[in-house]
Amino acid sequence: MRPFSQLLDALVYTRSRNGKLALIAAYLRAAPDPDRGWALAALTGNLDLKAVKSSAIGEMIRARVDPVLYEMSRDYVGDLAETVALLWPTPPGEPPDLDDGTLTLATVVDRLHATSRAAAPDALAQMMDHLDASGRFALLKLATGGLRVGISARLAKTGFAQAFGLNVDDVEQVWHALSPPYTALFDWAEGRAARPDPAGTPFFRPFMLAHPLEADSVDLADYAAEWKWDGIRIQIVGTGSETRLYSRAGDDISASFPEIAAAFTGHAVLDGELLVRGEFQGGEAASFNALQQRLGRKLVSARMQADYPAFVRLYDLLLEGDEDLRALPWAQRRARLEATMPHLDASRFDLSAIIDAPDFDALADIRAGARDAAIEGVMLKRRDSPYVAGRKAALWYKWKRDPLTADCVMMYAQRGHGKRSSFYSDYTFGCWTADGELHPVGKAYSGFTDEELKWLDRFVRQNTVARFGPVREVEKTLVLEVAFDSIHDSKRHKSGLAMRFPRIARIRRDKPAAEADTVEGLRKLVR
Amino acid sequence: MAHWIEPHPTGIYVRPADAWIDPSVPRERALVTHGHADHARGGHGHVWATRETLAIMALRYGTASGTPVGYGEEIRLGGVTIRYVPAGHVLGSAQIVLTHAGERVVVTGDYKRRPDPTCLPFEPVPCDIFVTEATFGLPVFRHPDTGSEIDRLLAALHANPDRSVLVGAYALGKAQRVICELRARGHHDPIYLHGAMERMCNLYVELGVEMGDLRPATGVAAKDMRGAIIVAPPSALNDRWSRRLPDPITAMASGWMRVRQRARQKNVELPLILSDHADWDELTDTIREVAPTETWITHGREEALLHWCMTHQIRARALALVGRDDEEEG
Repeated sequence: MRPFSQLLDALVYTRSRNGKLALIAAYLRAAPDPDRGWALAALTGNLDLKAVKSSAIGEMIRARVDPVLYEMSRDYVGDLAETVALLWPTPPGEPPDLDDGTLTLATVVDRLHATSRAAAPDALAQMMDHLDASGRFALLKLATGGLRVGISARLAKTGFAQAFGLNVDDVEQVWHALSPPYTALFDWAEGRAARPDPAGTPFFRPFMLAHPLEADSVDLADYAAEWKWDGIRIQIVGTGSETRLYSRAGDDISASFPEIAAAFTGHAVLDGELLVRGEFQGGEAASFNALQQRLGRKLVSARMQADYPAFVRLYDLLLEGDEDLRALPWAQRRARLEATMPHLDASRFDLSAIIDAPDFDALADIRAGARDAAIEGVMLKRRDSPYVAGRKAALWYKWKRDPLTADCVMMYAQRGHGKRSSFYSDYTFGCWTADGELHPVGKAYSGFTDEELKWLDRFVRQNTVARFGPVREVEKTLVLEVAFDSIHDSKRHKSGLAMRFPRIARIRRDKPAAEADTVEGLRKLVR
Repeated sequence: MAHWIEPHPTGIYVRPADAWIDPSVPRERALVTHGHADHARGGHGHVWATRETLAIMALRYGTASGTPVGYGEEIRLGGVTIRYVPAGHVLGSAQIVLTHAGERVVVTGDYKRRPDPTCLPFEPVPCDIFVTEATFGLPVFRHPDTGSEIDRLLAALHANPDRSVLVGAYALGKAQRVICELRARGHHDPIYLHGAMERMCNLYVELGVEMGDLRPATGVAAKDMRGAIIVAPPSALNDRWSRRLPDPITAMASGWMRVRQRARQKNVELPLILSDHADWDELTDTIREVAPTETWITHGREEALLHWCMTHQIRARALALVGRDDEEEG
């Protein structure tokens, strides 16, 4: 268990993506089968154990340590699993904090699989006695059903691919043909067996992505235009007997949107935008803010599904039956997609319309006039483009709506992470209320150049008026021009507003703070 | 009991000797347990402390009038017999054992029970009143084996030959202990020091603590510190100073690193649980061992230790001493 618990600890403390990948790869190369397969299952969220309730864990510890000391400890530490892992009394005669090596990850998983819910606490307690604090923490996290080490399934798979010099998309293709502990996958990765056959399984295909449009115009004879919707990009993979939904990162999000998965029974792979219907917009797509209510939930109540009904606006058709359409020109795929629409549940699927514009100037006018909350901009797709993974030059462009901007005053600053850990690079900024107070409206940590970052860092250090732990409050004198995609009502900030994707557009050293924008003015931009 | 000794917010007053133990404000006569700033203040009239503690105070506050007291040596002040006994906390640290009117009081200052290559081990002294610290007075604090923590540091160093490991460690005690533990584990490469560490390390060497090849980090090109360990005070870890280092892995040696959130808050990538204070088991075992009639708890998480004493039939009280800062040193 120790290699796995050490991996989890290191993932918690490592901030950089490359650092995490290196850790996962090193573990997967070194650990034995089937431990590493179970670890991969845990990291990708595919380890389904009968979850032990946290109340049962609370009872376990109260039976073993003074409840008063437990409460004091929990207050201090915060997290239940961590408190119990640290507090767990050492069996008599054993040195504290020793993983005696008798438990492998596979043994732990087997025992948790085999136990009933009633017997689980005893089985758990018995295992706790053989582990050190990190091992106990890992065990409790496994048993309660959530590792929460801040990595996506895609990142774990990328770590696997990196460990064995494979292409992550090849791993992705075979992934859903396999199940934990993925022995066939490791056999293939280490050259002991042929590549597993993914046929008939609903696996993820990498998305085709777009470059930002930088040219002044494109010829609409070559490019078709369609709206860029502000939801989440989704891939629907149906085999006829099973349907899965994948996010852009390749995470399986079927469980978060069960009504969509249930509504698709065909045998095809589709690309689209997941949106929710907002009643205040006459049943049209609502803003991203509404969709956020549905994201990141493992289980969704009927209430959630009713309040925020999801649907998919379709962009593309990748496979129809067993026929792979990805090499065909976009125009032909589009025609096939349109022909498919009548067979789909109209309450859950509609077609992303093509914008009819005679020329590029007319398209620019249409784009400028778009006020729909769910429109993020315009997509330009070469009519003859095949569907290829990733961003390929000159095939697809995204032409985002011009961002909104506001002049805000810097209020607080915090240090960044990783390479920026010595720089004050995260800024909270505010706008003026009618009473002449500054209320925070957002937080940004990008948009500036390295030179500007150095200047901002110096400004923060020289203008600090108070410190709250890691946060510095600064003299309210610096105006930042903040660009953002949209703004919504939110309880996060005192102003009652929150920006979507705010970034520092310019440092307005020339502008007096008193002339920055007002909260009232910003509120008018809420759509 | 022991009415001749009085806890005050600014220190412990020994009435017949007219002297204060670790006073936080300048006093005419001060008995000082060890050199950390929250115990040893500047500006006292006359100080009794170990030779090492006096040297540390002289380095920090300039020369002061002081009487060195050797470990085990007995001195008498106003009818009180006073003995300094090793506390195992840092170089020169002592418990102060006071005997008067047939009663014995032990004031530990700060202490730990596990081995430390830079100082003599804690010596338990049975007593009537045991005045203990409680920095890590919660049962979640159980420090792991020192060797395994040092091994984790060396493993990170060897796994990243193009980077460096920057270890945050308190400038007095922890820094030198980490260096000595590294040497004991066979690491003999040069270790680079933040400027704030140099004078204290030099003093340790003068006082006979061998630490091998130590070099100032200032003025050394980043590429020359690849694959090296650099020791700095915790406050320098995420500060501008560290920008000069080659892609440092940020480590921190402290008992607080036992709690994940504490480590994450400090942006630490490699938390090393390494403390100069007694952990929960050491605190409770020590109280059992010296078997006092009464336990006084000076500073830390005293509520939990008070509760433990109460449930173990040991009379105890918490002293509200001011100015005890346990956050940085840990």
